[in-house]
Amino acid sequence: MFRNRLSEYELDLLQGLRQRKKRHLAKAITYVENNFLTSRPFMGELHQCIPPGKSDVIGITGPPGAGKSTLTGKLIQHYRQLGKEVGVILIDPTSPFSGGAILGDRIRMSESFTDTGVFIRSMGSRGRLGGLSAATQDAIKLMDAYGFDVILVETVGIGQAETEIVETADITVVVSVPGLGDDIQIIKAGIMEIGDLFVVNKADKEGAERVVTEINMMLDLAPKGSLRPPVIKTVSTKGTGIDLLAEALHRVKEQSMMSGKWKKNREERLWKELESNVSAQWGKILRESSLYANREMLLQLLSEGKTNAYSEAVSILNELRLPSDYGLKKRSFGMLQKIDHLGIAVKDLAQAVKFYHEVLGLELKGTEVVEEQVVTVAMLQIGESKIELLEPTSEESPIAKTIEKRGEGIAHVAFQVDNIEETLAQLKAGGARLIDETPRIGAGGAKIAFVHPKSTYGVLVELCEKH
Amino acid sequence: MSNPIRVLVAKPGLDGHDRGAKVIARAFRDAGMEVIYTGLRQTPEQIVETAIQEDVDLIGLSILSGAHNHLFPRIMELLKEKEALDIKVIGGGVIPDEDIPFLKEQGILEIFTPGTSTVDCIEFVRQHVQK
Ligand SMILES: Nc1nc2c(ncn2[C@@H]2O[C@H](COP(=O)(O)OP(=O)(O)O)[C@@H](O)[C@H]2O)c(=O)[nH]1
Ligand SMILES: [Mg+2]
Repeated sequence: MFRNRLSEYELDLLQGLRQRKKRHLAKAITYVENNFLTSRPFMGELHQCIPPGKSDVIGITGPPGAGKSTLTGKLIQHYRQLGKEVGVILIDPTSPFSGGAILGDRIRMSESFTDTGVFIRSMGSRGRLGGLSAATQDAIKLMDAYGFDVILVETVGIGQAETEIVETADITVVVSVPGLGDDIQIIKAGIMEIGDLFVVNKADKEGAERVVTEINMMLDLAPKGSLRPPVIKTVSTKGTGIDLLAEALHRVKEQSMMSGKWKKNREERLWKELESNVSAQWGKILRESSLYANREMLLQLLSEGKTNAYSEAVSILNELRLPSDYGLKKRSFGMLQKIDHLGIAVKDLAQAVKFYHEVLGLELKGTEVVEEQVVTVAMLQIGESKIELLEPTSEESPIAKTIEKRGEGIAHVAFQVDNIEETLAQLKAGGARLIDETPRIGAGGAKIAFVHPKSTYGVLVELCEKH
Repeated sequence: MSNPIRVLVAKPGLDGHDRGAKVIARAFRDAGMEVIYTGLRQTPEQIVETAIQEDVDLIGLSILSGAHNHLFPRIMELLKEKEALDIKVIGGGVIPDEDIPFLKEQGILEIFTPGTSTVDCIEFVRQHVQK
């Protein structure tokens, strides 16, 4: 579906990924990390060639210094001993001041740097389009496509980031340590819900047992019937407890698969993925809309109270009409732009102008004889639209017939269009009855055409295209 | 926002100080770069493999042990082997002036001797990395 839209570079990345070249995997991660929006077709094609979903994704989160990286390093070695290939994503916070980051988690896993069955990638959290989870999701997808059995994702558990990351993992491990004070981290709202497994690391330190007890007390409060997450003690610097942790991970996976949680979790991820792709595209469309183009003007109107955010939002949304950036199928909504004018049939133009101009105070734009319609018209401005007063100049005029039949009053509604031939074709395709199959010339030299009231619920519709 | 330059700051060799490396790592970060820091005593193989997996634009090597004439060319050789010569390499630390021409011949882009300001170093990196 996307293939013919990919660049040479993207095609080369895809081929390299299929040949399991590490260099290509690394470049592909950079590419999607740096080009979130423009890389969507590439990611789409990746899914077609190499359907993902084969890797187990394990998220590891917890406070800074808890030993997550050390633990991750030990887990890599454990899985390697089982002959599994491991992809690792290490996320560290980006400095909000400089936009830079020091990504130092790797230090703890240097034994695996040259292991051909391991690939380690560090990422800064950055201020991301589509959110951190979208960027991580992409990196996971690429590693999955490359063909790792297990993907480990380490994030610092502060703020919202960790819950976001959880959305990307099959199993989430929450790491705690003794010595964090009475209000231990796990009490933080939300963190109990995200853990499928709890690790109390630095079990060589005093207070580890108390942390285990506190976690268990919290788990006792969980609703009955849900799987109870195991709590494992480790000393990750020494590797103590890693085998127990791995065993527990295996058990959690089996239980999760049996209970259907695994599948549900993945479905949830797919949905989130769809949502984040849509909202990122949506955000782009919005940034390219008149909302941003008219920022200065709108700000002024807003601050002067001449308009408000609520009604502006509605008009922006109306204006956008959902074009799709994928360019797969461009939806063409009608090209009607606004009501150009309302035509009002009158017997005495001079009297009518007097009323509209002098009594109602509308600005008179001018009067004109339109031979073709056998009428004299006066145009009066009202906001973005106009009132067109029409007086027949002979009995033969269609306006004369209208007045004869129905009396004075609204004769037609005129819509401004940007391409009258296109609109006519569209109307015809939609089954409308056209009075004019091809446009003719109306007041002011505009191209006009009429649509029969039979098709438009009793109102004669005029289309006009101006230059 | 433009994409951050990615740099690997690595310490090959057996000497046990990484103060200089940490200073430059922080300076790069404060200049808006993403710095992968891998700590002490890295072998050329580890450095090159890390640079590739992390897809860095540049490797900054810091060395005090005096083994640069052996380690730096080895790193260049490995980069070539892995078809990764688009990754730029700079060096810093205690390196005698008379060794510099040889190292540059091997493909090291620039050598920064002690006393070079971090500002100059950052400027150099910015100029040599297209982003
Ligand atoms: N005493 C002790 N120290 C540990 C243990 N695990 C990690 N550390 C140390 O804690 C520090 C932070 O470890 P790191 O893995 O970088 O933590 P992270 O920030 O959670 O990734 C390092 O100095 C580790 O050596 C442990 O089980 N016991
Ligand atoms: Mg860490």
